[in-house]
Amino acid sequence: MSKAKDAAVADTTGKDTAGEPLLRVEGLVKHFPVKKGLLQRQVGAVKAVDGLSFDVHAGETLGIVGESGCGKSTMGRLITRLDEPTSGRIEFQGHDITHMSAGKIRPLRRDVQMIFQDPYSSLNPRHTIGTIVGAPFKLQNVEPEGGVKQEVQRLLGLVGLSPEHYNRYPHEFSGGQRQRIGIARALALSPKLVVADEPVSALDVSIQAQVVNLLDDLQDELGLTYVIIAHDLSVIRHVSDRIAVMYLGKIVELSDRKSLYERPMHPYTKALLSAVPVPDPRRRGLKSERILLQGDVPSPLSPPSGCRFHTRCWKATEVCRTVEPPLIQLEPGHEAACHHPENAPDQIPDDTTVLASAREAIALVGDAVAVDPAVAEAGESAEAPKTVGTAKSEKTAGTAEAPSKGLTKE
Amino acid sequence: MLLLVVSAVTFAIFFLVPRLGGQTIDQLAVQYVGKDANPDSIAAVKANLGLDQPLYTQYFDFIKGIFVGAEYNFGPDPSMCNAPCFGYSFKTHVEVWPELMDRVPITFSLAIGAAVIWLLSGVAIGVLSALKRGSIFDRLAMTLALAGVSLPIFFTGMLGLALFTVQWPLWGDGVNYVPFADNPADWAWNLIIPWCSLAFLYSALYARLTRAGMLEVMGEDYIRTARAKGLRESTVVAKHGLRSALTPIVTIFGMDFGLLLGGAVITEQVFSLQGMGSYAIQSVKDADLPIVMGVTLFAAFFIVFCNLLVDLVYAAIDPRVRYS
Amino acid sequence: MSEVSKEQSGARVPGPASAPGEPVVSKAAGSAGSGGAGEPFLSVRDLRIHFQTDDGLVKSVDGVSFDVEAGKTLGIVGESGSGKSVTSLGVMGLHRSANAAISGEVWLDGEELVGADPDHVRRLRGRKMAMIFQDPLSAMHPYYRIGAQIVEAYRVHHKVGKKVARTRAIEMLDRVGIPEPHKRVDSYPHEFSGGMRQRAMIAMALVNNPELLIADEPTTALDVTVQAQILDLIRDLQKEFGSAVIMITHDLGVVAEMADDLLVMYGGRCIERGPAEKVFYEPQHPYTWGLLGSMPRIDREQTDRLIPVKGQPPSLINVPQGCAFNPRCPYADVPKDGITRTERPELKQVGAGHHSACHMSQEERTKIWTEEIAPKL
Repeated sequence: MSKAKDAAVADTTGKDTAGEPLLRVEGLVKHFPVKKGLLQRQVGAVKAVDGLSFDVHAGETLGIVGESGCGKSTMGRLITRLDEPTSGRIEFQGHDITHMSAGKIRPLRRDVQMIFQDPYSSLNPRHTIGTIVGAPFKLQNVEPEGGVKQEVQRLLGLVGLSPEHYNRYPHEFSGGQRQRIGIARALALSPKLVVADEPVSALDVSIQAQVVNLLDDLQDELGLTYVIIAHDLSVIRHVSDRIAVMYLGKIVELSDRKSLYERPMHPYTKALLSAVPVPDPRRRGLKSERILLQGDVPSPLSPPSGCRFHTRCWKATEVCRTVEPPLIQLEPGHEAACHHPENAPDQIPDDTTVLASAREAIALVGDAVAVDPAVAEAGESAEAPKTVGTAKSEKTAGTAEAPSKGLTKE
Repeated sequence: MLLLVVSAVTFAIFFLVPRLGGQTIDQLAVQYVGKDANPDSIAAVKANLGLDQPLYTQYFDFIKGIFVGAEYNFGPDPSMCNAPCFGYSFKTHVEVWPELMDRVPITFSLAIGAAVIWLLSGVAIGVLSALKRGSIFDRLAMTLALAGVSLPIFFTGMLGLALFTVQWPLWGDGVNYVPFADNPADWAWNLIIPWCSLAFLYSALYARLTRAGMLEVMGEDYIRTARAKGLRESTVVAKHGLRSALTPIVTIFGMDFGLLLGGAVITEQVFSLQGMGSYAIQSVKDADLPIVMGVTLFAAFFIVFCNLLVDLVYAAIDPRVRYS
Repeated sequence: MSEVSKEQSGARVPGPASAPGEPVVSKAAGSAGSGGAGEPFLSVRDLRIHFQTDDGLVKSVDGVSFDVEAGKTLGIVGESGSGKSVTSLGVMGLHRSANAAISGEVWLDGEELVGADPDHVRRLRGRKMAMIFQDPLSAMHPYYRIGAQIVEAYRVHHKVGKKVARTRAIEMLDRVGIPEPHKRVDSYPHEFSGGMRQRAMIAMALVNNPELLIADEPTTALDVTVQAQILDLIRDLQKEFGSAVIMITHDLGVVAEMADDLLVMYGGRCIERGPAEKVFYEPQHPYTWGLLGSMPRIDREQTDRLIPVKGQPPSLINVPQGCAFNPRCPYADVPKDGITRTERPELKQVGAGHHSACHMSQEERTKIWTEEIAPKL
């Protein structure tokens, strides 16, 4: 999270090079069968997760970002083995846990913990905070030093609650405090990996920041490894060292934070980033090249052929429709699954004929003031250097060869 | 689907009911033969009635009887039981079906009249209670409703009888069923007390259900949207609120009504109405198995039928159901 | 607002009160960039909405005033429980008076609505002022077709046949960008995607060309790319119809893109109000600073840590006496001459059309902002 830590992580684990990753995921697939009729015949499958491969290294934070229905939450439930994968392989500390039985997986539960989105429904209202936070000890038959109560009170202190809250009930707490309770419970058995599914999205802005900082502090103090799943690109950028962008059950881009936000390669990432509303009214006039994707995400029941994004992509060509692009490293530490990436050499330079659908795939929002890109860039750098939303519009339009509305300003 | 369920029910009835009576086949046969029972005559009766056949054969004979009629040989001369043959009483030596048909109008009259009363009053009270939540009306209605659900029907029925035939003899002659075709006014007049006592229980139930449903629905976001459109409050309540709140009511109504069509046992007893309920009671008392089976089958049909109707109505009301 | 100002506003009959000292975006001061286009379309004065509950009196909105001019967008920002949604429902007259006590004034196009005949206000709802909600799935009736719901909204205010209304509904669906509107008009809400539903909701709200559109967290339930589409649509439609828009949200990014003026609410009160640029660049209230510091920003260089507001939002039953933000305020101890903690700060003008409610002097706040806060953001 912090820059200092970035360096530390790089030092200790060597990141992409040597060193056993804490968690290794290969070709992970989860299909949910769709059944119909009296006989419950299977008529199809929701391809929630459809072939994910990534590593998580000790001490780092991997952010998973994507829109609803992209499979990020399913992925979280798979790597914590709350659900069993359809196929693929999950290795935790070198052990294959893909299809491990409930009994065998029990010791793993100690090392891998999950934090859930909704602090209201994930805590049993009839149990005291003490019981809730102390539950993992009972389940795992662990007797902490000094007894459960003392340990629970220590944990409550660790997450910024008062040890006197031990005998209170969840309804006496606000959303942010409940999320702290959830975190304390997750930390009870000193896990190695914490998977957090939308840990702050149900919280108010001012509380969100408290929890984000808390996660940050805990990572520094306890040397935790995080996989944080969220839809909010600003939060993900703040907390993650590396980020995977998901679309329809696939990772379309996987990169370290800086390079992802400054030079997104996959058109979807670029569109996603440019869609984030920026809390700066002065930027309104400058945002003349926002990429507005049209339409909705296709159904994961029957995802598009080839590249799954080709139906909404303004750069889609014939090859995108037929051949699925592999997730490959295009720059050190920066992988993308795209035939015609931005900010990187075109993978299939011969295929230049843009599909008809691509011509209407996006609208570039030309605001009232048509701003010269050069001026926009200059204005930006004076203010906040190297921002993402407005990066290199002329390149977008140029390579896209899309005669969309945005081109008129060129 | 309907046939499937009904035949499953008949099958269950057929195999279970004879055993539940605690009687052996021999004992059954003895009933037929009457006083001078001896092993020979018992065997003869068993053969005639097919009681010595395996159960499944008996079952098929029974089902066949419903469609084409059956012939029963016992006593001096064989008698024909015409289709639909629901069996033949051992005791009274009468076919079950015509007897049932005599009683159906009474049960239906009772059920339909009561249903109309309880639906109208129950839903109306429930809606008003919900809209005026916490008011005196609401509290009064809910207290009454609580009484309604907790008082057994033989109590309210008896009370009604005592009040209106003895205390204030509006119905001085008591409650006497007059067929609708003979005199609709007398028909209705005589059924008012049974209707009301039966409806009292159900309206109480429905008032509580409707109130709870309305309270929930009126808090929904789409009600706020309806108000934000500028609709009149009456339109908001009737078109947007009530329609949603009625959905669960429809389900429960289907079940309740189907059940009643099979005979309101207690009500019929209290008012000495010769409906299907009293017929069933009588036959159980007499251990007259063919009647028990016939009545059960008949009632089962209506329950299943009404439930099917509910599913169809449900799909018509809630478009989301159609797709799942 | 104080008792004094309440009396003043009560005494005035035609037109909204705007006493000289009164901290509202007055016409004289003019909301920056408005071009001083005469009367504001909507003026809210000292609006108070209190609910009697079993736990006590909940002061959901406790003295809020603002103006919105035609063609302009007011952003109301606050966290859950700050009273922003209750305010908007109060403007629409959607609080049933049984348990809600509403006082103050709401002037819509020269008409006062708080004391007006409820049936009259009903006739304005959906015609002069319309609203879109956060979750379009739950905000549309699940049993009726999209078209029927739009037709209904149109026919309440227009004496036209079903055919005409249906044509109008299709036209509106087309306008908000729903493909094949003549087919989709007969779909049910659950057959639409989230973004499509919100478009249909907007079509329904705008079918009567309302002059005021209130959008209550219109994009919170949507994905970021869909959010961008919807915000774009609202902006387009506003430009086309020249309506006044109130945008209620917790997302500072959304208001920064949409709003001309900003109102920051905390604990049922307005703690800062002014032109969006002023509030973002020269915020004059510690809570606004807190909001800005809490937000991870995608448009800035990565910061090490967020600067959250400590503590929890106040319960609306026990709003602290004096400044509601006092218990969480990092500057609560800064000496303020002769002012006790129990004294409630009033909105005071700090710039052109820019007001804030804080006991600290303006110099002090400007100093803290420029020296301590801004560099860390």
